[in-house]
Amino acid sequence: MRRWLTAFNGILWREFLRFLRQRGRFLAALVRPLVWLFIFAAGLRSVLGVSIQPPYVTYILYQVYIAPGLCGMILLFSGMQGSLSMVYDREMGSMRVLLVSPWPRWFLLGSRLVGISLVACVQVYAFLLVARLYEVDPPWLGYLTVFPALLLGGLMLSGLGLLLSSLVRQLENFAGVMNFVIFPMFFASSALYPLWRLQESSVLLHRISSYNPFTHVVELIRFALYLQVEWTSLGVVAVWTVLLLLAAAWGYDPRHGFLAATRKGD
Amino acid sequence: MTDTPALAVENLSFAYGRRKALDKVTIGVPKGSFTALLGPNGAGKTTLMALATGLFHSRQGRINVCGHDLRSEPRKALAAMGVVFQQPTLDQDLTVRQNMRYAAALHGLGGRGAGARIDAALDRLGLADRQGDTVRALSGGLRRRVEIARALLHRPRLLILDEATVGLDVDSRHGIVETVHRLCAEAGVAVLWATHLIDEVRQGDRVVVLHEGRVRAAGTLDEVLRTIEAAGLAEAWTLLTRTEAP
Repeated sequence: MRRWLTAFNGILWREFLRFLRQRGRFLAALVRPLVWLFIFAAGLRSVLGVSIQPPYVTYILYQVYIAPGLCGMILLFSGMQGSLSMVYDREMGSMRVLLVSPWPRWFLLGSRLVGISLVACVQVYAFLLVARLYEVDPPWLGYLTVFPALLLGGLMLSGLGLLLSSLVRQLENFAGVMNFVIFPMFFASSALYPLWRLQESSVLLHRISSYNPFTHVVELIRFALYLQVEWTSLGVVAVWTVLLLLAAAWGYDPRHGFLAATRKGD
Repeated sequence: MTDTPALAVENLSFAYGRRKALDKVTIGVPKGSFTALLGPNGAGKTTLMALATGLFHSRQGRINVCGHDLRSEPRKALAAMGVVFQQPTLDQDLTVRQNMRYAAALHGLGGRGAGARIDAALDRLGLADRQGDTVRALSGGLRRRVEIARALLHRPRLLILDEATVGLDVDSRHGIVETVHRLCAEAGVAVLWATHLIDEVRQGDRVVVLHEGRVRAAGTLDEVLRTIEAAGLAEAWTLLTRTEAP
């Protein structure tokens, strides 16, 4: 058991070390949601009114509404960036070092995903602290209760990224995946506007957004930040996390994964 | 048990779609031996290495590492081997020591024990004074040395190196060949050394010649030369890697 823990810690340690060494990555992860918060929210706050809806008990400012969505955005980008680094690692070869170590694939990939998700959580906390200056001020205890939601959401999204990385053979192809996955997932969700507003304009889009697992990540974060649990979202995110992790582990299994189907001779 | 080879590959076949990369390959690497896996580009060496390290999987044939079947006991088999890939696999943003510590952790080695092993491995490969440097700052030859040191951290009984000298200058290449031969002799580590450069083979080495996915010759260097009646390895190479007319 101790050896498993050492390996797990080692994978996490490397993930944090790489994060600390790539300061640009941290800055980009922080600036992206802040730009949305300071510019996008400032521009739309007078246009988009948000009525009282759970978990909020009063009228809220628009920036307060989109803050959980921007937390989700950080997790989404971080998960995709993590999987991008897996494609990079695979191309550069360092993924092989991980895969020839004497542990089951599910453990190695799972540990890596936990590392990616924890790094993303650090970025979310940095964002939430800066956002506090802009009147996004959930209860202090909310910073604690949101952690499990962030971790679970991070695992789900990095699991999706891992699955995509098993499908993508070359780094160049990943940009297309970003366009076809990140943007539709983010915009067709409750990150920027409540679902009832979508329903007013398009029933189809409302339906798509309701089924979008990213919507449930956002709602899970939103409620957890205000000391509540959105049970439906918790269930949806938990099920998606398990499914995506299983599919990703399958994708990296040399016996029958996607890699087996797509690999070429070296 | 003492006769158990470090690596035994039996009837291994593998195909990329319709293209056969390996056809019923059988090779053995005895304990403590240096076995050169010779073959031109495209012979199937890297495929064989990927299968032997569990990166690829084949339903046809068996791979046994120090008595452990790679399919049924993958953890024990992988724990018994150290691998140096053809592609550089170090994390360039991390220092030499950080790369070593990460590799140690991947084998369940932590704390002071891991530190001592890292010191010993770096000393052995002459890298002690470069351990604080980022990998990016090292020459190609030094990076290869780090990869070899890293592969030895968990004290494997089998060391697999896939074209470990590709892209290096002549001096670095010879230095690494000598280092690995010395390791084999002093530490008793069995070595499977894949290469297409015949000048990397030394007298007393075992040789396996792979061409078009098939084993064309295997044995000690003298045995191979005697069998095919060649005066030297260069002539043997020409005879054994001649492509048959379709």
